Amino acid sequence: MGIYVIRMPDIGEGIAEVELVAWHVQPGDVVAEDQPIADVMTDKATVEIPAHVPGKVLALGGAVGQVLAVGAELVRLEVEGEGNLKENSASALASQAPAAINSVANAPAAAAPAPAPAAAPAPAPAAPREAPAPAAGGARGAARTAPAAVARSAGERPLASPAVRRAAQERGIDLRYVHGSGPAGRISHEDLDAWAASAGQPAAQGRSQYVERHGEEQIPVIGLRRKIAQKMQEAKRRIPHFSYVEEIDVTELEALRQRLNQLHGATRGKLTLLPFLARAMVLALRDFPQINARYDDDAGVVTRYEAVHLGVATQTDGGLMVPVLRHAESLDLWQSAASIARVAEGARTGKAARDELSGSTITLTSLGALGGIASTPVINHPEVAIVGVNRMVERPMFQGGHVVARQLMNLSSSFDHRVVDGMDAARFIQAMRALLETPALLFVE
Amino acid sequence: MKELSTKLLVIGGGPGGYVAAIRAGQLGIPTVLVEGERLGGTCLTIGCIPSKALIHAAEVFEQARQHATGSPLGIRAGEPTLDLAQTVRWKDGIVQRLTGGVGGLLRKAGVQVLQGWAQIEDGKTVTVRGADGQAAQRVRCEHLLLATGSEPVALPSMPFGGAIWSSTDALSPDVLPRRLVVVGAGYIGLELGIAYRKLGVEVTVVEAAQRVLPSYDEELTQPVLESLKKSGVVLHLGCSVLGWDEQHGVHVRNARADEFALPADRVLVAVGRRPRTTGFGLESLQLDMTGRHVVIDAHCRTSMRGVWAIGDVTGEPMLAHRAMAQGECVAEQIAGHNRRFEPMAIPAVCFTDPEVVVVGKTPAEARAAGLECIDAAFPFAANGRAMTLEATGGFVRVVARKDNHLILGWQAVGRGVAELAAAFGQSIEMGARLEDVAHTIHAHPTLGEAVQEAALRALGQALHI
Repeated sequence: MGIYVIRMPDIGEGIAEVELVAWHVQPGDVVAEDQPIADVMTDKATVEIPAHVPGKVLALGGAVGQVLAVGAELVRLEVEGEGNLKENSASALASQAPAAINSVANAPAAAAPAPAPAAAPAPAPAAPREAPAPAAGGARGAARTAPAAVARSAGERPLASPAVRRAAQERGIDLRYVHGSGPAGRISHEDLDAWAASAGQPAAQGRSQYVERHGEEQIPVIGLRRKIAQKMQEAKRRIPHFSYVEEIDVTELEALRQRLNQLHGATRGKLTLLPFLARAMVLALRDFPQINARYDDDAGVVTRYEAVHLGVATQTDGGLMVPVLRHAESLDLWQSAASIARVAEGARTGKAARDELSGSTITLTSLGALGGIASTPVINHPEVAIVGVNRMVERPMFQGGHVVARQLMNLSSSFDHRVVDGMDAARFIQAMRALLETPALLFVE
Repeated sequence: MKELSTKLLVIGGGPGGYVAAIRAGQLGIPTVLVEGERLGGTCLTIGCIPSKALIHAAEVFEQARQHATGSPLGIRAGEPTLDLAQTVRWKDGIVQRLTGGVGGLLRKAGVQVLQGWAQIEDGKTVTVRGADGQAAQRVRCEHLLLATGSEPVALPSMPFGGAIWSSTDALSPDVLPRRLVVVGAGYIGLELGIAYRKLGVEVTVVEAAQRVLPSYDEELTQPVLESLKKSGVVLHLGCSVLGWDEQHGVHVRNARADEFALPADRVLVAVGRRPRTTGFGLESLQLDMTGRHVVIDAHCRTSMRGVWAIGDVTGEPMLAHRAMAQGECVAEQIAGHNRRFEPMAIPAVCFTDPEVVVVGKTPAEARAAGLECIDAAFPFAANGRAMTLEATGGFVRVVARKDNHLILGWQAVGRGVAELAAAFGQSIEMGARLEDVAHTIHAHPTLGEAVQEAALRALGQALHI
């Protein structure tokens, strides 16, 4: 048996480091060749890293959320044969890894992390080190796992060693509520495990909604969420946004959409409103080149594009992503619909290629049926405009002195006021409005 | 202006700041550290380390002088002389090695160090101006960590400069004054005052309170007081300082309102330190403050999201090891770990002669907290190792809860007791009871036996007294 170290491979495009966003294996698991072991995130895309040899996982190279350099130790496997790690070099290699290696009990001693505090948190609540066996219960076991009936008195600190306190912090357990079975009520690791195994809270005994609750949970902002946070913060910090909201009568458009779906839905695919909006944007942008642009404020240059690479804000399980519909100006309605579906699916499943997640020149965002009345979309930096779609509703309108029912929908758009004037923004949205309210114009060259 | 973006920006390269930066770097957090002077901050450059070096040199010189006049150990030596410039060079060499070491550790952790002075623009933006006229650069960050430390407090009537020394000046003397007046009998004033006395300087200490080391309990400071008197340090307790002039020296008023002057070549003003919160734009953040220090919570968070503060700038206790622990705590939180800064006790050591160490609660503090407690002391006069070191003054004292014998605090005074701080701190952090310490075999002959004996005595089981 030998030890095989899988290192973070070079995934190209000049990427020097990645963030660990998911582990698909845990120490002790047996993996097959090509079995996915981890997901890592580059600037935008999530990449699955497979095992290139079969073996048993001994240690992981870091915790979810940690950044690994290309070439850093990703996973350590026990394999048949010699492996690629010599025993006497094990500790040296381990020390090169940017993170402590989470080892299992049967890992070689040399691979074990040296300082306990450096042990990275397990991606999921770790199994108790010595989970109290149910059979070991009895009166004593019950007494050991019984939670403290009430918190200790104010000011009295729970008694626990630093290691136990740190473990409690990691697991989000408030030690004031944990029963200490040791001398003078000292809380041990076993007490902590027992508390966690019993799901802790005394409140669990009664499910009244009127009891005080004191739990708090800290969620690390990592992976895609971190990227989103950084991106949004950057956009809001750098770009002086202004928003413009306009009401649009989409009765004719909706009738056309439904008619086209009846006629061609089965053969060409179903149309949503988005392809129509994309078409309207493409046409309107011909007269507003300053809006289909990216602003490099460091260099002081606005780049205007003839092509419309339309970012389509897409909700995924991990959070918001913006896949790109390339050359939207060259696509008809059904091609647009199919392309939007394809890139959105790629983003949701994490299979989108990097060039499908970058390079947009303007962005379209929609909350669909939850779209509300108005919103203040955040510009997808370094673009200069974003068009948001609000919910379509049927409302009474006056037409020729009579009240008629019409389908209305608001567009809420934001612009970078450094490069887009309010008047131009209003004219652009009015141009879109004219196209959407008289949909035949969408197809007139 | 050149711009730089990072995840963590640390202002201040002292023990808090550099530890935070190293830990952050180890955790893969892009980190920039800004330091205007030397890495290591007050502790390494003008505080703990150089003062302990000077104290050690003074101690060795004092011993040599004793051997010249007849020693009970049977050692006879000639009258020693002191090459002060060499002593200062030796001290500076230690500082140099340590600050250089910090620079190396930061590099190893991948931390970018900017030499210059920080000016905060907002909670995410700091401008750094090079100390030597280098172009300024703007650093944008997600997290800003304030670790700006503290500075010595001057007396309005005696600003630092010339003959009026701050503790920094006292650590790099060009010549030894014949007469030194120390204003303030806290730990800084006494540590340096005792060292200067051992170097042969006539030392007078003026203190407004009625006793030395007023923040420690009287029983603990008694051996220090006796040592001061024995060494020839003149004390003026309960006296306030009015001013200084070159002809008469330091003008003092005692508790009976009598005024007199103390002749002095140099005056060391050591009346305390205050957090460094001005001069770098901190006020623009409008953080919650208490007095002069930044208010932080148990996570070392300030009142502004993404802005953290550690160490002396957050107030008492102003101790390097507290700042270090806080720095580590902050770095790990930024890396996504759940952490709180919640030590059971922070040890405090006073390197006077004899040394004083305090960890946890004193008997008075425990009783004030409403705890029924027992305490017991074991004197070094009954400790064999202390006798062999000619250091039988002082004692170790333990404080424990009466009901369950949980140890609440340790205090010790005596030669070398600073090293006992580790055992004291560990026993409290581990939640040890008197029995745990009493039933641990302590090596013989060591000063540590007094620790075990104090615990035994609190249990009524002392063996050697």
